[in-house]
Amino acid sequence: MEKTLDHQTWEDLEAVAGNGLLDRRAFLRGGAAVAAAVTGYALAGPAKAEPLIDEPSSLVPGVTVRSYEQRSRFEEKVARTLSNPKGEPRTQHGRTPHHLLSGTFTPNGLHFVISHAGNPDIDPDRHRLAIHGLVKQPLVFTLDALARYPLVSRMAFIECGGNSAPMFSKEPIQASAQALHGLVSCAEWTGVRLSTLLEETGIDPKAKWLIAEGADAPALSRSVPIGKALDDAMIALYQNGERLMPGNGYPMRLLLPGWEGNMNVKYLRRIKLVEAPAMSYYEARTYAPILPGGKAYQFYFLQEVKSFITHPSPGLALKGPGFYEVSGVAYSGTGRISKVMVSADGGKSWAEAALQEPVLSKAFTRFRAPWRWDGGPAVLQSRAWDEAGNVQPTRAQIVAQRGETKTVPRVTGFPSQHYNGPTSWSIDAKGEVKHVYA
Amino acid sequence: MSTREYAASVVLLALSSSAVFGAGPNLGKPVSPAEIAAWDISILPDGTGLPPGGGTPVQGERIYAQKCASCHGENAKGGTNAALIGGRPLTDGIDTPKTIANFWPYATTVFDYVRRAMPWQQPRTLSDNEVYALTAYILSINKLIGENDSMNAESLPKVKMPNRDGFIIRFPDKI
Repeated sequence: MEKTLDHQTWEDLEAVAGNGLLDRRAFLRGGAAVAAAVTGYALAGPAKAEPLIDEPSSLVPGVTVRSYEQRSRFEEKVARTLSNPKGEPRTQHGRTPHHLLSGTFTPNGLHFVISHAGNPDIDPDRHRLAIHGLVKQPLVFTLDALARYPLVSRMAFIECGGNSAPMFSKEPIQASAQALHGLVSCAEWTGVRLSTLLEETGIDPKAKWLIAEGADAPALSRSVPIGKALDDAMIALYQNGERLMPGNGYPMRLLLPGWEGNMNVKYLRRIKLVEAPAMSYYEARTYAPILPGGKAYQFYFLQEVKSFITHPSPGLALKGPGFYEVSGVAYSGTGRISKVMVSADGGKSWAEAALQEPVLSKAFTRFRAPWRWDGGPAVLQSRAWDEAGNVQPTRAQIVAQRGETKTVPRVTGFPSQHYNGPTSWSIDAKGEVKHVYA
Repeated sequence: MSTREYAASVVLLALSSSAVFGAGPNLGKPVSPAEIAAWDISILPDGTGLPPGGGTPVQGERIYAQKCASCHGENAKGGTNAALIGGRPLTDGIDTPKTIANFWPYATTVFDYVRRAMPWQQPRTLSDNEVYALTAYILSINKLIGENDSMNAESLPKVKMPNRDGFIIRFPDKI
């Protein structure tokens, strides 16, 4: 391999933490050779390249352009996993394949979905949003009317309160990042600020909460403190530039950036301002995790600071010693990510990861750390901080506070909620990646 | 009121609200509580919003057998979906299945959830009396009310659920 202008390649770089983690600025310092070496996921050493030929696909005219683009047929394995593919009378989950994606936003077809009774087939012209209760003037809005309001766009992750629930298992469940953490996704949402609409209805000072309700079969309903509604709540009409996907609330949903996914009510048709929470099924029962001793948390709401490594991760085996990029997503319902540390020795030593700009509040931040794998055992782990100074707790701290299961649950089960501790991936000498507790 | 008078009043209302709240687009249409009543199924734990009517456990038992047992099992003991009777103490922490009797803090939630979401295949087809009766049946088989107690807008909010005080608000500063 030819040396770069400054005569340095990644092989010359000093590790900054145990087991070969390199300085996050290695890309800049190392120059073109390092950049070339890191673009492939699992580049081998400088073996001689095969002869370059014209592939048949380059010698004939290609497929006609479609009115709505479809991905390459070679990418069809990049798909959500479904918990209830036949639509039996119970909840359905579709989990995002984090280990097969990169960047910071989730394509619309791969955004996670939880549906309690299937996705309703809503005619957007027939849909209405009513705002009533403790307001001065109850109002009803059509989709066309809402689309004429001043719109705002923002990136925001949405995470199910039960995402990462397998991490409460007493033993690490062997599963992919998709199976463990697939109930979080991130998109650009465009819509009308709820505060804009509430300015027009007026708010009775007695109103302390609102009840949001969907037009789906279970009329899913959650209570939201009025403070959040006036802070950054949005009636989202667009997802990554196009109208919402049916599984994500078409034609409109409540977006509460950084708060429990279930509260971001899909198919939003009614907002009622009230004095007290309704104690709906989902707030009174479902999203109230039981603690050791028998008390339970109520009104958890916030999705706390969290990160996990997507590359490498189970299913993405390393192909021999050499350079790899350790990468993953970090996010916090409180604000921006301020720092992510990565360990390759199970938390004994840490290197600071590079954060992909722009780092946005309550959105995925992609982190990256260059790593020289020497072929020996390693345990990869990430830990994130947010701008308010919150840090991911250790798994041991979470277990001490909230418990763990006595037996190993199904990977699709929800023994508890709101796990925001680290996830550890062990690498064996063959390069296989396994889930471990470290 | 003629259509023209109504339209004029709407314009006046829009003008007055924009005068009070700033010059927004004002593209919402005013709606009266009567017009929204068909959608307004929200109820609060204190009973606000509960409809007229009522029902007894005996009435509920019949409806349960017809419309609920296929998923929740005979006598509410569970089937393809959750049992609605029983439940052990929560002292097992996260290994304890949550049930109405051991976990739900308010009886109004039973009425609210049955009315809005059940039966799963045909939600919002039960009459309010049927929902009261089913609520009474479920509360009765869990010994939370007497077997002859009728549930209605007055009695339902007064049912004291065992785990009413079993909760810790996670982030008090958020509410």
